[in-house]
Amino acid sequence: MNWTALIIFVLLFGFITVLGFVAANWRKGDLDLLHEWGLAGRRLGTVVIWFLLGGDVYTAYTFIAVPALVFGAGAIGFFALPYTIIVYPLVFLILPRMWAVAHKHNYITAADFVEGRYGNRWLALAVAITGIVATMPYIALQLLGIEVVIGAMGVEAPGLLGDLPLIIAFVILAAFTYTSGLRAPAMIAVVKDTLIYITVIAMVVVIPIKLGGYASLFADIPESKLLLTSPKGGNLGQYSAYATLALGSAFALFLYPHTVTAILSSSGREVIRRNAAYLPAYSFLLGLLALTGFMALAANVNKLPEFADHFARYGSNFAVPALILHSFPDWFAGIAFAAIAIGGLVPAAIMSIAASNLFTRNIYVPFINPDRTPQQEAKNAKIVSLIVKFGALIFIIFLPLQYAIQLQLLGGIWISQTIPTVIVSLYTAWLNPWALLAGWAVGIVTGTWMAATQSFQSAVVPFSLDGLTIPGYAALYALGLNFIVSIVLSLVLNQVRATRGADQTVAADYQM
Amino acid sequence: MPEPLETRPRGSPAWNLLLIIPFIALLWVPFYNSVEPSLWGVPFFYWYQFAWVFVTSGLIVLVHRMTG
Repeated sequence: MNWTALIIFVLLFGFITVLGFVAANWRKGDLDLLHEWGLAGRRLGTVVIWFLLGGDVYTAYTFIAVPALVFGAGAIGFFALPYTIIVYPLVFLILPRMWAVAHKHNYITAADFVEGRYGNRWLALAVAITGIVATMPYIALQLLGIEVVIGAMGVEAPGLLGDLPLIIAFVILAAFTYTSGLRAPAMIAVVKDTLIYITVIAMVVVIPIKLGGYASLFADIPESKLLLTSPKGGNLGQYSAYATLALGSAFALFLYPHTVTAILSSSGREVIRRNAAYLPAYSFLLGLLALTGFMALAANVNKLPEFADHFARYGSNFAVPALILHSFPDWFAGIAFAAIAIGGLVPAAIMSIAASNLFTRNIYVPFINPDRTPQQEAKNAKIVSLIVKFGALIFIIFLPLQYAIQLQLLGGIWISQTIPTVIVSLYTAWLNPWALLAGWAVGIVTGTWMAATQSFQSAVVPFSLDGLTIPGYAALYALGLNFIVSIVLSLVLNQVRATRGADQTVAADYQM
Repeated sequence: MPEPLETRPRGSPAWNLLLIIPFIALLWVPFYNSVEPSLWGVPFFYWYQFAWVFVTSGLIVLVHRMTG
């Protein structure tokens, strides 16, 4: 047991627990109303949104998995950098429109907007279910990130007792999310992001010095991992995989319910536009973080006998914790591990809030209890947020880890299939709601099938066209089919007036 | 203090087209999948992509100012 690291870890964890409960009184609002609990009253300014979105997008799992991919697979894992760069022009151009229309009509979820735009609750249901299902494994993976760092501090016991620290962390998370809503992760994100910046900067300064500088670090990396494999023999190799992973992930990112929730909690569209310019600071951080995968490789941490057990248990996911333990004194390891664990709590809280907003607004109210009061609506969301997190906890304790990772992979493919319905609809209502629903179904089925052909190990599938093989991200290929079906069916169905519902929105709602 | 953005006249939306540049620069992999020219021992593949963080951020600031 690493007592020094553990004590620092517990102190920092205790601090953010207090913060989570205090947050209920911050910018006080009536937490018995859904937009207060679930969107912090739509009052968050530029600085808080910067921390909140940063804390939301760059998660504990990112912190563990991106370097693990670079450690295991090399340059291809670096796609996280172009992905998180090109996402911001999209945020800048598209999301202010979503904020404006949501603000005008008190939409709390993307599915709310779809319902208002098309008057079709089945299409809204499809968007809501996709969001919830894609989010669940993501929450489970945050808990995995926490589990890995707790394991790294040597806190291990057989059976359920071994899961006790994770269960405690979960109970804390559930309690402050229930009481404070989105205000809790917003406040904690400030601490979390500060700790993450400190940790990553220390890693990219201190470790390369020990390894003899960056030139020596890169010289140690085998050529096969240093660059992408070039196209040869009619196969585009990693080139098309890299580009499509970056583009597809960028589109998927701001369709995830937790991102939409953070965006809609902003106090204005200018907050979003300004943040599109400032948020790339986190992309730089993520790129540095990806490089720590190479540092772990150069330091040969997986060959050190003291880490053999952990690598057997967590695989490449142990690369960063091992590198931290190997390179820093115990007290700093405590700070770094707290940063990762708190980095899991913030997104897990936002994700569970986002999923419960979706369930409440787009399943419970339209299909189960249309006569609810606003108080019942908020109460329902709070309880659902507990169920969602409990489900994630059960998942990570009782099911093989591989399932959560594979489901998260599928989640990215599935959430991308809501692009025509959610994003295109911000610009035009020409697409027919039933056509969009059919396109969505085709995209979900073919995307899942494509991942199945890879045994759910990879979302990159080979696509052959005229003798040329183009390995690419399944989400984008499925999205192509989705668009074709949506457009072709719209041409037909738009002839039948009865297929279209009423549009609550007008062009001016998107500008403000 | 810069004047509040809301009071400035709105420029042409054509400025938004500048935001296509990062997509071309980063999604066309042959531009940068090489070791040379390396910078302080860091292969081109890596420092090129890091540089685009700053360029993209700068482009967004520019477009924001120009379109109000």
